[in-house]
Amino acid sequence: MPPLTTLSPPTATAPAPDAVELLRLENVGQYYGAGSRRFSAVERINLQLHEGEFVTLLGPSGCGKSTLLRIVCGLQRPSEGRVLYRQTPLVGINTRATIVFQTFALFPWLSVQGNVEVALKARGVAPTERRERAIDLLDRVGLDGFETAYPRELSAGMRQKVGFARAMAVEPELFCLDEPFSGLDVLSAESLRSELLELWTTGEIPTKAILMVTHNIEEAVLMADRIVVMDKSPGRIVADVRVNLPHPRRRKDAAFLSLVDRVYATLAGQTQPEHVELGTAPGEPGRTRVLPPASTDELNGLVERLAEAERRRADIFQLAQDLNYEADELLPLTEALELLGFATVAQGDIVLTPLGETFADSRIQARKEIFSTRIRRLPLVRWALQMLDRTDQNRLERGVFLAALGLEFPPEEAERQLDLLIDWARYAELLAYDGDLEQLFIEVGEE
Amino acid sequence: MRVNIEAQPEVASSGAVRSRLGPIGWVDVVLVAVLVGAIGGVVYLAGSATGPAEGVEVSLSPQMLPLYTALSIGRLLAAYVISILFSIAFGYAAASSKRAERILLPTLDVLQSTPITSFLPAVLLGFAAIMPARWAAEAASVVLIVTCQAWNIGFAWYQALTTAPPSLSDAATVFRFNGWLRFKSLQLPFAAVSLIWNSMVSWANGWFFLMVAEMLRLGGRDFRLLGLGSYLQEAANQGNAAALGWGIVTLLVVIVALDQLVWRPLLAWSARFVPQTDEEEPPRAWFHDLLRTSRLIERLTLRVERAVDAFDRLIIGRFPARRVYEAEQRGGARAGLVVAAAVLAGAAWGLVRSGHLLTQVSAAEWWEITVGIGATFVRVVLALLLSLAWTLPVGVAIGTRPRLAARFQPIVQLAASVPATALFPAVLWLIPHTGLGLNIAGVALMVAGTQWYLLFNILAGASSIPAEMHHSTALLGLSRWQRWRYLILPSLLPNLVTGAVVATGGAWNVCVVAEYVQMRGQILEITGAGATIQHAAAVGNYPLLLAATLALVVVVVLVNRTVWGRLYALASDRYRLE
Repeated sequence: MPPLTTLSPPTATAPAPDAVELLRLENVGQYYGAGSRRFSAVERINLQLHEGEFVTLLGPSGCGKSTLLRIVCGLQRPSEGRVLYRQTPLVGINTRATIVFQTFALFPWLSVQGNVEVALKARGVAPTERRERAIDLLDRVGLDGFETAYPRELSAGMRQKVGFARAMAVEPELFCLDEPFSGLDVLSAESLRSELLELWTTGEIPTKAILMVTHNIEEAVLMADRIVVMDKSPGRIVADVRVNLPHPRRRKDAAFLSLVDRVYATLAGQTQPEHVELGTAPGEPGRTRVLPPASTDELNGLVERLAEAERRRADIFQLAQDLNYEADELLPLTEALELLGFATVAQGDIVLTPLGETFADSRIQARKEIFSTRIRRLPLVRWALQMLDRTDQNRLERGVFLAALGLEFPPEEAERQLDLLIDWARYAELLAYDGDLEQLFIEVGEE
Repeated sequence: MRVNIEAQPEVASSGAVRSRLGPIGWVDVVLVAVLVGAIGGVVYLAGSATGPAEGVEVSLSPQMLPLYTALSIGRLLAAYVISILFSIAFGYAAASSKRAERILLPTLDVLQSTPITSFLPAVLLGFAAIMPARWAAEAASVVLIVTCQAWNIGFAWYQALTTAPPSLSDAATVFRFNGWLRFKSLQLPFAAVSLIWNSMVSWANGWFFLMVAEMLRLGGRDFRLLGLGSYLQEAANQGNAAALGWGIVTLLVVIVALDQLVWRPLLAWSARFVPQTDEEEPPRAWFHDLLRTSRLIERLTLRVERAVDAFDRLIIGRFPARRVYEAEQRGGARAGLVVAAAVLAGAAWGLVRSGHLLTQVSAAEWWEITVGIGATFVRVVLALLLSLAWTLPVGVAIGTRPRLAARFQPIVQLAASVPATALFPAVLWLIPHTGLGLNIAGVALMVAGTQWYLLFNILAGASSIPAEMHHSTALLGLSRWQRWRYLILPSLLPNLVTGAVVATGGAWNVCVVAEYVQMRGQILEITGAGATIQHAAAVGNYPLLLAATLALVVVVVLVNRTVWGRLYALASDRYRLE
């Protein structure tokens, strides 16, 4: 079991003692499947939320942060542990909470006003009152004049405003936001963020607390009072960082930047001993190391990019912006480069190692050889090669690998891991794959 | 302008195609048992149908046509309402749990690919055993139409239930929609377009089988029903060309009117339920545009909306959303068990009966059945090849020209909805009254019933080949043959297979009608599975009726599941344009 986090205990100042506890998760876990095919989405989650708090759940995709949000709203029952809302165990839908969805979840066949009204209709509100409240709310989010428009006629930013208006219509005590800004363009996201902050900080809405899921570090630091940092496999909380910066916060401030860097380091910079870092092969005890979802093309491109950078080092945020990547989209790539030993990550910077430099300077065949020797270390690759070695014709069905991986991962993850394995090993010319027969085999002439 | 042909065949066309055909499992075994039991039970009942059936006096006066038309449409409407109710129940049941899904979907597959007309004689006689002949004929026609209409609508509804965006479903839960509001504001709108398309297909199918049901005579017993079908048949029978003309014109007018006044406006109206992209033009209909300009309609709509809203709130107040986890709502499980038990018990009884009946079938009769199925099979293949011979070049020629395709598509759809069975009496009247003549007429009827499905699918496939692919084959300097070999045929394959499955399904259905006819007081029969079935029903040979019906069903289902299923898996896997 790897240590939970290498980060020193966060600067968590305990909440004011008089703050009322709204939500408490006790040892919450969510599992799918059963028996040897049991996978955990999140494990042993303990979390408290008090009145007046704006908390973000931050983590890479697959860390179970959205699952947690669904559990809090009562959309799904946790496999284990308890959810207490105002000290009462939660059963079924949380009537005091509402969600704003990443995909807006507007009914495309209802007008803007209809979308807000339907939430009130479900609570039996009469037509006249429904109409008045809907129009008032749409007014407040700046959508007057668009009442009769259909969602498809609106920009993404405006659609999300409808989502906010709809959620506010039912006057929730706990406002849950599932990556509400990640489907928007940069400018709309920015303006919507400040509008939400304004509503929240001025107390114009009867909301007592906000719980927001995000993968955007800056967004979390910009908005939240507390950042709960999560990591994946298994989904768990690794840090709880209090943000004591006054609003409005400025992205260029030194304090802001240093907090961003620290959170980033928590997410990415956990260097661990090699046996932990590499994990174990499928079927062996211990945590099976997954391959980060990065294609060989992307890896080659990133190494070349870094090789051209000054001192062969780059600020990850800057890099993500230059490459038009979300910061969390870059994470699997940096993780892969670290795994291969081509780069190291420290304090928000990524630096090419001498091996990475050699790789960058090499021609294609030499690159493949370097890549090949590096990935042979990986338990997953070693395991696949051994399986093929043991067969007569060094040839095995894709299904065999999938079945074996299926014991370790959920089905989609097993597929993804196998595809990654094939991509990497094909590039390294360690094995070949026949897509028609769906067979993996070791190429003739190889060893 | 883009033709949105691809958007349209959301039509759940054929069962054999859709399912992931795994190895035959216990579900299939149970299914076959239930099917055999059902048919056996019905045929057993049919054996006690002894009363005479005098039939009806069909008047050839054109003045009677409005009444006959209304009767025909009434039957279709009744069947359609039942189909919709069945579909909604089926969809909810299948979507309720994985277990229900594992049983119900294969059931639908098998039922959808069975040649329904083959049941008609058995079902009709079964009803005749328990009610007067007239009522039996009415009931049998409705049952027959339901069995051809319900499957694709049911599947469309199930698919809508399971593919609705999870975020919308979550939103409905978070905002505490109760079952009714969820149905009305989420599921129904999401399913609307697909339901309408499938309803169009179902109505076309309905016409096809209604004509058969209205014309049926079994030996000396006359089970005809007053309607367009019997009018056309009687006209052909009496050689009354004028009446035949009137009948066909009426039928065409009705079908065009339904298309223009009901389906097209509905489609135009339902455009609001799909998020439109900019390039796609929403479907338009002149009648819909006309209605929208009417003040009266506008006021009426407002009234209706108010009443509906009051009703909604009544239901919401009475049955508020329950506070349980969504995945744990278990309402129908017990009901499902009861239904399953009843079905199995009924099937067991039927199985015993059929076992008893089947022992009475002689070896000579089994041989007759085998030869009959073989002969029909040859006709079906012939009809498919003939249809392909003209639809492939024409479909590709039109489909690769977007403008032309946009213009032709509604026409093809309309043509496809004209029931070939209605034209059969006219064809019979034209051809020489011999075995060869009937052979030709039979194959012609099969072609008439199959060609449009093929053309429609080929059109859709050809128009979805990206223009860049055509450009690159042109740049590569491929010859005409090479283009067909490397671009057109491979990219058409999935559509071809889909079209062929539906088309052969239609062709098998035709055999019951086309291989055994009664005209001008004489019976004309050619070797075939359909003839065996009709002949057995006519002379009251119930064991043979059962054996022939079962054999035909089993062969067709097997062909679908093995040949077409595999071809389709191959086509959709490898020859898919992404």
